[in-house]
Amino acid sequence: MHDLTPTPALGYEAQTIGTVTITENSGVALASVAARTGHSDTCTAELTSLLGAAPRVGRAVLHDPEAGFWMGPDQWMIGAPMATHEDLADQLKARFGTAASITEQSGAWVVFDVTGDAMPDMCELLCNVAIRRMTAGDVQRTVIHQLGCFVIRRASDDHIRILGPRASAGTLHHALITAAKSIA
Amino acid sequence: MIIDHPLLGPRDSSEFTYMGDAALIDRPDPEAEDAAQAFYEYAYLRDNPAGWHRELWFHEAGDRSWLVVTRNTLTHEISKVELARDVARSRGRSR
Repeated sequence: MHDLTPTPALGYEAQTIGTVTITENSGVALASVAARTGHSDTCTAELTSLLGAAPRVGRAVLHDPEAGFWMGPDQWMIGAPMATHEDLADQLKARFGTAASITEQSGAWVVFDVTGDAMPDMCELLCNVAIRRMTAGDVQRTVIHQLGCFVIRRASDDHIRILGPRASAGTLHHALITAAKSIA
Repeated sequence: MIIDHPLLGPRDSSEFTYMGDAALIDRPDPEAEDAAQAFYEYAYLRDNPAGWHRELWFHEAGDRSWLVVTRNTLTHEISKVELARDVARSRGRSR
């Protein structure tokens, strides 16, 4: 059996600039769940059994191994460790059946973890998100460097996770590095 | 201008894209006798009111929902914001 590691979008080393560390996280498998017409309640029930609770508007449920957040009305994103859940979309399809449309999203998004004391300063330069008012598990879709991204406030106070379009991973990384340098 | 999103609360209008008259929700019946005329009007003819106007706005930099915003084109005052799907469903669509 080969011990294969998931292919990162960029494969750059984690970079620490000032107090902020920017790391590409290639260990997240993603799949989206979109309730089909009339199956909103079925999906909510399945999400509750999967995550412990269905993510409310603008919120994530940080749960192991699967976690999820609200993307839009009747739409959620589910994430899980790539090492154990590379076939996350297939697993979810088996669970949700015809109640929801499941789409594999691992290949669509690049995940960056930004940590450090100056993270809020950096976030304020990057996007129109009230980062200092966000609490653990708040999620907002916004625009960073003209790219539509999700900003997830993680459990730790100085940690945000940014999901951006994988095809523009280099551009997004450049924006993060530039912002980190300008506040360092 | 601030749009009070029904789910997400007040958001800056720069996050939204204007998508036209909300009358676009009422697509004509393609089987009707006067379908050609109805689609001509649907595709090309727009009212341009000075005053209250129901418009479609797309939350492009947000949750990607479509909204029906009732806006005064003279003052930019917004009196009502609804999810477009709720408006469409209230008219018997998406069932």
